[in-house]
Formats: sequence, structure tokens, C-alpha cells
Amino acid sequence: MTAVVGRLADRFEQGLDAPICLTWELTYACNLACTHCLSSSGRRDPRELTTNECIALIDEFERMQIFYVNIGGGEPTIRADFWDLLDYATSHHVGVKFSTNGSRITPDRARQLAANDYLDIQISLDGATAEVNDAVRGNGSFDAAIKAMERLADAGMSGFKISVVATRHNVGQLDRFATLADRYGAQLRLTRLRPSGRGADVWDDLHPTSVQQRQIYDWLVDHGDQVLTGDSFFHLAGYGESLPGLNLCGAGRVVCLIDPVGDVYACPFAIHDEFLAGNVRSDEGFAGVWRTSSLFSSLREPQSAGACASCGHFDACRGGCMAAKFFTGLPLDGPDPECVLGHGETALAQRDGVVLPKPAVDHSRQPIALRTRRPDRSCDESPLAGFTPAP
Amino acid sequence: MAIAVSEEVYDGRRAWALHPQVSLRPESFGALAYHFGTRRLSFLKSPELRAVVERLAETGCGDEALVEVGVPEAEWPRYHQALATLARTGMIVRRDPS
Repeated sequence: MTAVVGRLADRFEQGLDAPICLTWELTYACNLACTHCLSSSGRRDPRELTTNECIALIDEFERMQIFYVNIGGGEPTIRADFWDLLDYATSHHVGVKFSTNGSRITPDRARQLAANDYLDIQISLDGATAEVNDAVRGNGSFDAAIKAMERLADAGMSGFKISVVATRHNVGQLDRFATLADRYGAQLRLTRLRPSGRGADVWDDLHPTSVQQRQIYDWLVDHGDQVLTGDSFFHLAGYGESLPGLNLCGAGRVVCLIDPVGDVYACPFAIHDEFLAGNVRSDEGFAGVWRTSSLFSSLREPQSAGACASCGHFDACRGGCMAAKFFTGLPLDGPDPECVLGHGETALAQRDGVVLPKPAVDHSRQPIALRTRRPDRSCDESPLAGFTPAP
Repeated sequence: MAIAVSEEVYDGRRAWALHPQVSLRPESFGALAYHFGTRRLSFLKSPELRAVVERLAETGCGDEALVEVGVPEAEWPRYHQALATLARTGMIVRRDPS
């Protein structure tokens, strides 16, 4: 019923008593190390919410009537209690959509997942070919994702999602992604690359060119409701008609992020102290943070159009994505770095001596350090001196 | 979508109810309705429409719910239209009057 949304968007900008859509990153642990990981995942955080804390949080979601949560990570299936939490949520009126790289979807798991009506799965894939995908997500990740899709399809699970982050290297593959989705009875979900987490390090090289932006927009207009976008391309609305969705920045208004240690951020792409509203472990709980945090209250105030005030397209794009601006060092009340009129590129070129903000937390696995040992003799400088490989 | 919905034509003289897999969340503007089967989210744009939908299951027919909520007859066509959309998308379903 997107047609009725028009006036409602204003209400959403003032916030709701509970989020419409909540992202819950269950763990920072991940078996992959994608170059653009928005949560800089890799190692598990020792302060991770316990099973009981997770269950209490799901109870709170149920009380708040949060219809479904998007569970991600890290790789959420790494948590030993993941499957139990899934069952607990879906049997307590909290639907779950979870994102996975697919590596742990065994045939048995696939059958179990297919039998649960309250469940939706997103398999992450950032290339329609192994070459393009693995360059970002790591060797073998394409084959693992395809295998998971085969298993889900074989188990009779239809309508699961193939979740693609649009990059400079895969925009030319959009039709191939659609074909891939059709082959497995899946639905394509295309979202925007954000300069968040490790994404900040690769954004300059990976984000679509302005020509490709237009290509994405035209392709999405052609494919309409068939392709999901998580409302992530509203910054392209300046090209003409709005894409399906609410077309507004929902941060702290209708969406938010709960991270693995219970920190509540305005959106999944804004893991930074600047956008930290509170923690679910506090006395007020998640509902209290959502309803009364000063950060969320300020995000629900009318936002200044700033440098975009005189632009005729402001009503369409609303200045774009807050997180994209923040992590590229642009003012929040100015153009999006990917502004369709090119104002973002100009602003980026004019950044002078701006120190880019770093994410609040970084769980990236460090490159494996060489085992250092005392040389056998003081003149042995080679680290391999005296080392005999095992047979 | 994972689960097909039986699309029905709305008729205010018949008995209706919220689909068993639909949850309604009251909001200041009306309500959010979420269908766990189709995963479709809909917006009920007024508290009155929410009251009508909440009452469907306990009234003999859809129009009776309109009367109980006190919707002026001049506004019925608008409500019929909204209810027809909800029926078409499987949010509300026909039931046997009891």
C-alpha cells in the first residue's frame, strides 16, 4: 500500500513508539572478512549479550509489537544459540529476517528453515560471478553462497532474498543477479554501499560512479516492486520519480540498530559515538532508549536542509544519507556524497584537512602476526632460523 | 512471496475478520498492520479505520462495524475502499457469521 504513504512520511519523521524495522547484529564474529563490512566484524566481542539477555530482549520486542527484526552480524549463525534464538523469536510473534553468508546452511538446516513461516533469509552476494564477488567477500564465498541457495531451494524455501550491495564492479551485472534470483526462486535485494565500518577504507574505489548511479536508478525504476532496496536509494530520487518505499532517512525514527553488546545506534550504518543512543542493558531497557534518548529526540525534530535548502530536489532526496555524509567527512546538513546533481563530488573535493571519523568499535581480525621467537644465536636474524617444518 | 493469499472482493454485507497471521499495532496516525505470511506491511491511516478493523471479528458484517464505530454514512465509500484494499491484500478475510 505504498500509495497511501505520502502524508504518513511526515508522521514517520516524528518517530513512532516502536521501530518499524529493527536491525540486530547478534555477533561481531565472522568467518569472512569482507573488505566493505559496515560493522568492521571479525572477532567476537567478549561483552556480547548472553542467551538470557537476548531472550529478554526478544520479550521486549514482543511487548513493543516490533513485527520483525533483521538479524545480522558478523555472521549470526556462528553463535551457538542462534537457532534457538530464532525459534524463540518466531514463536513469540517476532518475525526474523536474517542475513548470512550461507556457509553454515547445511541441508538439514535448510529443511528446518523452510518449515518456519515466520522466517526470511538473506544470502549476501556482491558479485554475480565468483571473480567479482570473491574480490570483495573473499575466496570461496561465492561458491558457499550458491551452495546455500541450492540447499534452500531444494528444501522448498521460496522467496528467500539474495542481498547485493551495489558496487562499481557489479552494477553491470544487475540483470545477471536477477537471473540468478529467478533460478533459485529467490527475490533480489539491492542496497547501497555505505562508507561505514571497513566500507570507509574501500568506498573511494568501490562506490558506483555517477554514470552507474543513473544506471542503478533506471534499472530499479524498470523493475519496480520486484526488487527490494530496503529504502536505501532515496538519495537518487532527485533523478525523477521516487523509487518504491518510504523515501526518507529512518534513522532513530522508524529504524535503529542494536549491536552485539547491546549498544543502540540510530541506524546500522552509523556505528559511531555520535549516533549512540544508549544500551539495552541500562535500567530503561531498549524501549526506554528508543522512546526517550536525547539523540533520537533530536533526530525526530525537523532537520535543517542547510546547504541544500535552495535546491529544488531537496523534497525528493531529503539531503540523502546521514551516515554516508558523516563517514566521508561532509556536513550533515549538506549534500549526500553521491548527490545526483554532483554537489557531493564538489563538496568531497573541497574537504580540506578533514580527519575522517573512525567507527566506534573495530573487530576486524588483524593480519596474523609472525610468531616471534628468540634467535638461536644472536647472529641468526632470519625468523626461520632453526625452524624445521613438521613433516 | 512465500505464501499465497486468497484475494477476495470486499463486500460490506458479509462478515470479515483480521487474517490470523496479521498483527495490528496502534499508532497515533491509526495503526500498522503486518502480515507474517506475506510479510506485507500496511498502514491504516486513521484511528477510526483501526477501530473498524478491530471490530470486524465481532460484528455480523463489515457495515455493522462502521455503524458501531460511528462512521457517518457519507464517509462509507472511503472506508469501503480502504477495506477492499485490505481484503485484496489478504489482511482481512471472510469468515462465517456466528
